[in-house]
Amino acid sequence: MEFPDNLKYTTEHEWVRLKGNVATLGITEYAQEQLGDIVYVELPEVGQELEKDEPFGVVESVKAVSDVYSPVTGKITEVNDSLTDSADTVNEDCYEEGWLVRVEVSNKKELDDLMDNKEYEAFVKEQAS
Amino acid sequence: MPVQYAGVIEEHHAVRKQAGLFDGCHMGEFLFQGAGAPSYLQHITANDISRLVDGQAQYSLLCNENGGIVDDIIVYRRGPEDFLMVVNAANIDKDWAWVQNHKIEKVTLKNISDETALIALQGPAAVSILEKIAKAPVATLSSFHFAKTDIGPVPNCTAARTGYTGEDGFEIFCATAQAPALWQALLEAGKSEGIKPAGLGARDTLRLEACLSLYGHELTDETNPMEAGVGWVVKWDKTDFIGKKALTMIREKGLTRKRVGFTMTDKGIAREGSSVFLQDRPVGMVTSGSYSPTLEKPIGLAYVPLQITNIGDTFHVDIRKNLRLAEVVKTPFYKRR
Repeated sequence: MEFPDNLKYTTEHEWVRLKGNVATLGITEYAQEQLGDIVYVELPEVGQELEKDEPFGVVESVKAVSDVYSPVTGKITEVNDSLTDSADTVNEDCYEEGWLVRVEVSNKKELDDLMDNKEYEAFVKEQAS
Repeated sequence: MPVQYAGVIEEHHAVRKQAGLFDGCHMGEFLFQGAGAPSYLQHITANDISRLVDGQAQYSLLCNENGGIVDDIIVYRRGPEDFLMVVNAANIDKDWAWVQNHKIEKVTLKNISDETALIALQGPAAVSILEKIAKAPVATLSSFHFAKTDIGPVPNCTAARTGYTGEDGFEIFCATAQAPALWQALLEAGKSEGIKPAGLGARDTLRLEACLSLYGHELTDETNPMEAGVGWVVKWDKTDFIGKKALTMIREKGLTRKRVGFTMTDKGIAREGSSVFLQDRPVGMVTSGSYSPTLEKPIGLAYVPLQITNIGDTFHVDIRKNLRLAEVVKTPFYKRR
């Protein structure tokens, strides 16, 4: 399983990639594997405000549905619309093509609470055992 | 049985296009033997046992005195006084208590669930796969008929032309100790056809597309066969059976609700337990809902009032506190050609 080292991770199995003030959010390889075949992704509109630790979207597989939580506070600048027609991209490439939204973050310090790739890998191993 | 092996959609397509193998060892099996067995079964089941010949099986229901459904079952006639009943795994204890409580003279009951294994081979390639390693001719078995046969290294199996996927196929019984050998032999025999082990996830999407009811969802102690869409099982002209009086009254009074199939007009997948709304009023309940891998869209089954049971009727479903539009469609969602 992959744990890219340029990302930050949450206990709800989302990842964040920060570039300047803009954070890209997605779900981790572990999350997509747990869900199985993803068939539907529901995302907010551009311009919507996100609150840290509040759900902002839904990822749904054949067998289960899961909320996606925002690890940061901020405003949506971009939404991955390609997932409307091909939600399974999240299964195939969760860290790149399968990103969910981009957010202009209001407080970069919020990212300090998140796990780095080593900590997250250990967290997943603990969850799986 | 695990939820999935390779992935629900992949396993689902394997069963629709080639073949899938399901571990059904959790299912329950009861034996009913003796001179009183036929009249006993006639009394506790809603279908007509007298229509069966040796080697024939029948889908049936155990009903309670109120006309509710204790379980949906398959009854196999092994001999004139020798019957096997297959019951749902979650209901083994409840059913076993039920059949014992209604026991009559001259019938011996035996719960053989622990020592009996069930493996289902389903899909268009099922016949050609089983033919390769079954000693007895299995291709000539008609639907809902069964025969004893050795299969590969496993002696004394029973192969029944039944299933729970909407495809052609077999449900095969053997001794529990022999189940791993039977599983391996079938996987090996089906290699060139592209057989895949399939889990609970695919079983659920397959049976839902075929509109086969699942106990605990469409069928419960509180639902009656007519509203559940399995009224055809009830044979009104046979001798008295448990629940007949209540069912006759329900039939005379008329139904208040019915199980329908629906697809989503709005986005989202309705799941079991979602409320059905008509003009902002809750009027019904979704009993099963999933994504259909064959149709590539969300499908579901729901209990709704009679006024919205026609094809093309619309209602709303509560999906995570949003009311989404759904439309009643023709069922089954999928029918084998």
